[in-house]
Amino acid sequence: MQKLMSRVAAAAMAAALSTGAFAETSIKVAYDADPVSLDPYEQLSGGTLQLSHMVFDPLVRWTQDLQFEGRLADSWEQVDATTMRFHLRKGIKFHSGNAFTAKDVDWTFDRIKESADFKGIFAPFTDVVVVDDHTIDLKTAEPFPLVLHTATYLFAMDSAYYSGTTAEGADKSEIVKHGDSFASRNMSGTGPFIVTEREQGVKVVFDRYDGYWDTASAGNVDEIILTPIKEDPTRVAALLSGDVDFIAPVPPTDLKRVEGADGVNLITMPGTRIITFQMNQNRVEAFKDPKVRLAIDYAINNQGIVDRIMRGFGTVAGQASPAGYLGYSGDYAPRFDLARAKELMSEAGYADGFSVTMMAPNNRYVNDDKIAQAVASMLSQINITVDLQTMPKAQYWPTFDERAADMMMIGWHADTEDSANFHQFLTACPNADNGNGQYNSGSFCNEAADKLMDAANTETDVAKRTEALQKLEGILYDEAAFIPLHWQNLAWGAKDGMNAGEIVNALNFPYFGDLVVSE
Amino acid sequence: MFAYLVKRAIQAVAVMFAISLIAFAIQGNLGDPLRELVGQSVSEEVRQQLRDELGLNDPFLTQYLRFVGNALQGDLGTSYFFKEPALEVILKKLPATLELVLGATVIIIGFSVPLGVYTAIRPDAVLSRVIMALSILGISVPVFLTAIMMIFVFSVEWGWLPSFGRGDVVHVWGYWETNFLSLDGWEHILLPSVALASIMLPLFVRLIRAEMMEVLQSEYVRYAKAKGIAPWRIYFIHALKNTLLPVITVGGVQIGTMVAYTILTETVFQWPGMGFMFLEAVNRVDTPLIVAYLIVVGFIFVVTNTIVDLIYGLVNPTVNIARMGA
Repeated sequence: MQKLMSRVAAAAMAAALSTGAFAETSIKVAYDADPVSLDPYEQLSGGTLQLSHMVFDPLVRWTQDLQFEGRLADSWEQVDATTMRFHLRKGIKFHSGNAFTAKDVDWTFDRIKESADFKGIFAPFTDVVVVDDHTIDLKTAEPFPLVLHTATYLFAMDSAYYSGTTAEGADKSEIVKHGDSFASRNMSGTGPFIVTEREQGVKVVFDRYDGYWDTASAGNVDEIILTPIKEDPTRVAALLSGDVDFIAPVPPTDLKRVEGADGVNLITMPGTRIITFQMNQNRVEAFKDPKVRLAIDYAINNQGIVDRIMRGFGTVAGQASPAGYLGYSGDYAPRFDLARAKELMSEAGYADGFSVTMMAPNNRYVNDDKIAQAVASMLSQINITVDLQTMPKAQYWPTFDERAADMMMIGWHADTEDSANFHQFLTACPNADNGNGQYNSGSFCNEAADKLMDAANTETDVAKRTEALQKLEGILYDEAAFIPLHWQNLAWGAKDGMNAGEIVNALNFPYFGDLVVSE
Repeated sequence: MFAYLVKRAIQAVAVMFAISLIAFAIQGNLGDPLRELVGQSVSEEVRQQLRDELGLNDPFLTQYLRFVGNALQGDLGTSYFFKEPALEVILKKLPATLELVLGATVIIIGFSVPLGVYTAIRPDAVLSRVIMALSILGISVPVFLTAIMMIFVFSVEWGWLPSFGRGDVVHVWGYWETNFLSLDGWEHILLPSVALASIMLPLFVRLIRAEMMEVLQSEYVRYAKAKGIAPWRIYFIHALKNTLLPVITVGGVQIGTMVAYTILTETVFQWPGMGFMFLEAVNRVDTPLIVAYLIVVGFIFVVTNTIVDLIYGLVNPTVNIARMGA
């Protein structure tokens, strides 16, 4: 029956097409911000990646259940310990009409190496070797376990289109952080959409690319109009009043409203961004004692924060890695036990408590300032007096770099979608030479943990790697290296018939190319 | 008259310099622009390199002199976010803001004069009491709350008006695209204008009422009444004209303030004007754009105040502009 129906529908559609009565499917999307630039390698941010997935295609991409799915690469295989071979799809054309070949991947790789934001992610890679027109080898210096993770960032650019000089004599391929560049205003990718109109901060219009290679995709959206709506209540109102069809993010205060409204669906998913507090051992003698750190962890009611402040819009965390990452283990459960916390404080000799300063941003993470206030009042129960200061993110980050308070809030999302990344930036021994511990304001340092990270970074055997990463997170858990609070959930709002649940993912780049809108 | 204008021009330049210096001095405290320009995991070394390229590591005086040198040639710097000259970005956003201010001004003038006069001549009427009570409410409710409430009532619940943006604008000339030439444009500008007017309208109603009541007590009004002149002539021709001087003074200052309130209104309605642009620039630490905005707004203040002084002379012949310039 189903089959018959779809045949009838197909026939009807063909008839409609032939008579020219084909209605364009156009959707309006509102995000909290629009992409900074059309250059996929100018700035590493969610907005850029969302755009890249619409206009370009990566070699491979993440599926909803965090597996890899080939895009420009048809298949791949490990050639030797430091070489991964990718077989590229044939017959793909860029928007400009140029044919996509291996040399475009090679060219893009060289360009990434010039990008301040992306070169760090690609640092383990030494070279791309073009084997033939549709085969490439990605080479690393050491055995590297995250080749596919990194390949999700490799969006092939049209090398012929981006080569040469502009009328003003500027190199078309250059990456300019500030100011005008060819790539920040012009695009040619292989992706499902073409940017046809753009007014920064007002709107971006995408039209479907007729020659898109992925004919297996059921995506039927012909036009997308992306409007940034900064204010949460306005964005929600725009969805509820029918002015737009799809919004992200939905703020926690409006989740119930969107869920209960007619004609609109709420889609939520656990996210991968961990919100934490770090305790600065260089500033506070007491924080050097693991018992005090544990006591703080025991004193903070993560579940209460998620329930009351986040209104259920978060997943309570006991460690940095969310479920689905190799380092995640059900053993590292969130701790909350006020009696135990007081006991630990007495054992450490701080039964009378002490005073600390605390800083948190007030416009960076969901409800960040309210979370900080709650944590401050929870700590007063174990006689730790907190002097809390919150500030806008613009002022917060320079303050964070100065390590200006005894306890500081930081949220982290691993660009590599891998456990080792959390440790490298947040809890590894600070080292200016290799950049480890760049955001370790607590100055926590554990040699054994760092060794496990180094081992994991060159271990390609998944079982061994999982063991190392879980052990690493075990050390951080037992030592209470930092205070994990929760992983922020993601929420999207969509009109009925959008089937948006199919295209969203925990990484928060919806695959609009595959979006099926049913009427 | 000419001497007066020259004097005002010199004052304006001095004010602009002061603003530029202050804006430049505070930008160090606005945050680190690099944070918004690069991803979170970019190393400190790369950041420093970019800072050098941007000239952010130079001493304050070097940076300021470089800025003034460029500014004198009409270059107020390049916005980090828009990647265009800051002045051009602002000029592109200016029409949207001016139209919003114009819309609000029309509403304010259109309602405040009749309401103010009515409440003055019928102070005890029930309607007057209602108007006065509402005006208190209007002054005390913050503009963003008014705006959000209006969106929920008129857009979400009733579905009469669009909830955000400018809609279909019609291109007029240069960067000027207008809302006033299409139905969709009118629908889009209505709510933001009312929201913006909501804070000023009560103020003007009360101001006109107070002035009017005072004037109505004066000898010449009594004389006019005794003479048998039609009441509407007394109220609207004789009395109203004499209440306008203080209203214009306050109005001139308030138009400047209204530009400040556009920041809130535009943010709530996602109105693509320069108020919203400014708030975003602050969030993104787009310092060249922030400095340019402050200078442009300072310029608007100076110009409106000069125009207000000139209007004085037209409304009240006893104010001698020429003598003010001496």
